[in-house]
Amino acid sequence: MVNGQLNTRRKIKIGLLRVACGICAIFTCFLTLFLLLYVLTKGIPNISWELLSTKPSYLSGKIGILPDILNTVYIIVATLVFVLPLGVGAAVYLTEYAKNKRIVAVIEYAAETLSGIPSIIYGLVGMLFFCQFLNMQTSLLAGALTLVIMNLPTVMRTTQESLKTVPQSYREGAFGLGAGKWRVIRTVVLPGCIDGVITGCILSVGRILGESAALLFTAGFAHALNGFFEGLGNAGATLTVSLYLYAKEQGEFGVAFAIAAILMVLTLLVNILAMLVGRWFKRRQKL
Amino acid sequence: MKKQKVFENFIHGIFLILGLITVGCVLLITIYLIVSGIPAIQKIGLWDFIFGKEWASTAKEPSYGILPFILTSVYGTAGAILIGVPIGFLTSVYLAKLAPAKIRMVVSGAVSLLAGIPSVVYGLVGMMVLVPSIRNLFHIPDGASLFAAIIVLAIMILPSIINVSITALEAVPKEYEDASLALGATPVETYFKVSVPAAKSGIAAAVVLGVGRAIGEAMAVMMVSGNAPNLPELFGSVRFLTTAVASEMSYSSGLQRQALFSIALVLFLFIMLINAALNFFLKRSKEE
Repeated sequence: MVNGQLNTRRKIKIGLLRVACGICAIFTCFLTLFLLLYVLTKGIPNISWELLSTKPSYLSGKIGILPDILNTVYIIVATLVFVLPLGVGAAVYLTEYAKNKRIVAVIEYAAETLSGIPSIIYGLVGMLFFCQFLNMQTSLLAGALTLVIMNLPTVMRTTQESLKTVPQSYREGAFGLGAGKWRVIRTVVLPGCIDGVITGCILSVGRILGESAALLFTAGFAHALNGFFEGLGNAGATLTVSLYLYAKEQGEFGVAFAIAAILMVLTLLVNILAMLVGRWFKRRQKL
Repeated sequence: MKKQKVFENFIHGIFLILGLITVGCVLLITIYLIVSGIPAIQKIGLWDFIFGKEWASTAKEPSYGILPFILTSVYGTAGAILIGVPIGFLTSVYLAKLAPAKIRMVVSGAVSLLAGIPSVVYGLVGMMVLVPSIRNLFHIPDGASLFAAIIVLAIMILPSIINVSITALEAVPKEYEDASLALGATPVETYFKVSVPAAKSGIAAAVVLGVGRAIGEAMAVMMVSGNAPNLPELFGSVRFLTTAVASEMSYSSGLQRQALFSIALVLFLFIMLINAALNFFLKRSKEE
């Protein structure tokens, strides 16, 4: 009946709005699909075992990206090692200890500010502070520490969210049994926020994988093959940085697309993992 | 008992320090940028630095005017917003209100993948697909231009705009929509005339977040914008504030290097303004 009363102009307007919404959503989908397929079709033919398992050689003029893969792994591990305790600690302070509302507001404002700062500025300050002031030179460790600051708000936020889901009665129960505050945190609160920590980890890994501007001047662009600790002390390009170098500076588009395809697959995996983990934790919470 | 108390206080202190680390990081970044950014501005002169139309840092008589970079960043961001916001906004209305659950899951999966793609990959695809097509389409010698950068930025800010708008639209109380439906408005009319105005602060926050993302992006823009320090032209080679810092940092020295820090300081001020605006809108959207 309602539809019968609508005049034609109104109907056309509604139809147009609906179509516009649909078109934009379809456009977004196709854009993603295009990016994914384009990069994969251009990149996968260029991936070979030789590319993945060697380092660049000036003698043969062949390019290998093993050092870049290892550097990426090193920097992810090093960043997580530092950012997890810091981020979880900050979150525990905010939800368990802080009573002064002003301090909480200041810390949360600081975290929001950090997540809005562009990565090129992180790179610059990381270079000034870690590489020059603390005399680390251009090294993976300096890059990792820069990324620690970048990812701190992420880990903090996800941990905070999951701490809020730990029922207050658990804490009260533990206190009632005579446990001290630290004991309650260690045995009740921290085990309860494990899902937030894992989510924070996954998000951070995704961000570190994609980061390049912050690493350009802090981690540098060497392609040397190193062990973990030796690698941290030396300059090294991650996959994203070397993609940039091969595409922009050297015109090696085949290698660039191969790296892009690898990054794309990894991003896809990180996304799927984040989704699965999120769903799994949600289900567990309901039990 | 006393020992226990000392221990608890000690632990409390450690957590307090961990909590304050974020504040320390913000201070560290602010202080470093100000301290290293001020000297060059003093030497060049604030007016000449901000409003100087020529950047020739490696010339015999160098000039350090960053007006081209500021304008490029402003135009580039404005262009990206102009293209990205309507698409993102309509997509978010579709996802939040119109889409069936299954389609919604697929599209939001696509959006989160879009958000996760590294910026260098956007840059690479832009370099290989967008730049040549712009060159052929508009018959210009080089497609690496402000226009290419605007398109890449518009795509890159889509996920932020979509996600924040969806959150805002979903927070609109169902009663508002029910009331509108009961008065005889169709669902689509209700979404656009009731839900969207009710979520306007959140949507404004989405736009501001997009502005922040666009103005801060460096690598993707560097790969498609041509990188010449010209005053902005839609089909001309341009340099942004971010790329100005990135492109010369590796070989800079002396006053040139200091001037790069000053550019970063200017960028930082822009970001701080945008953050303040973002907080304002987010707060208002929470109050609503």
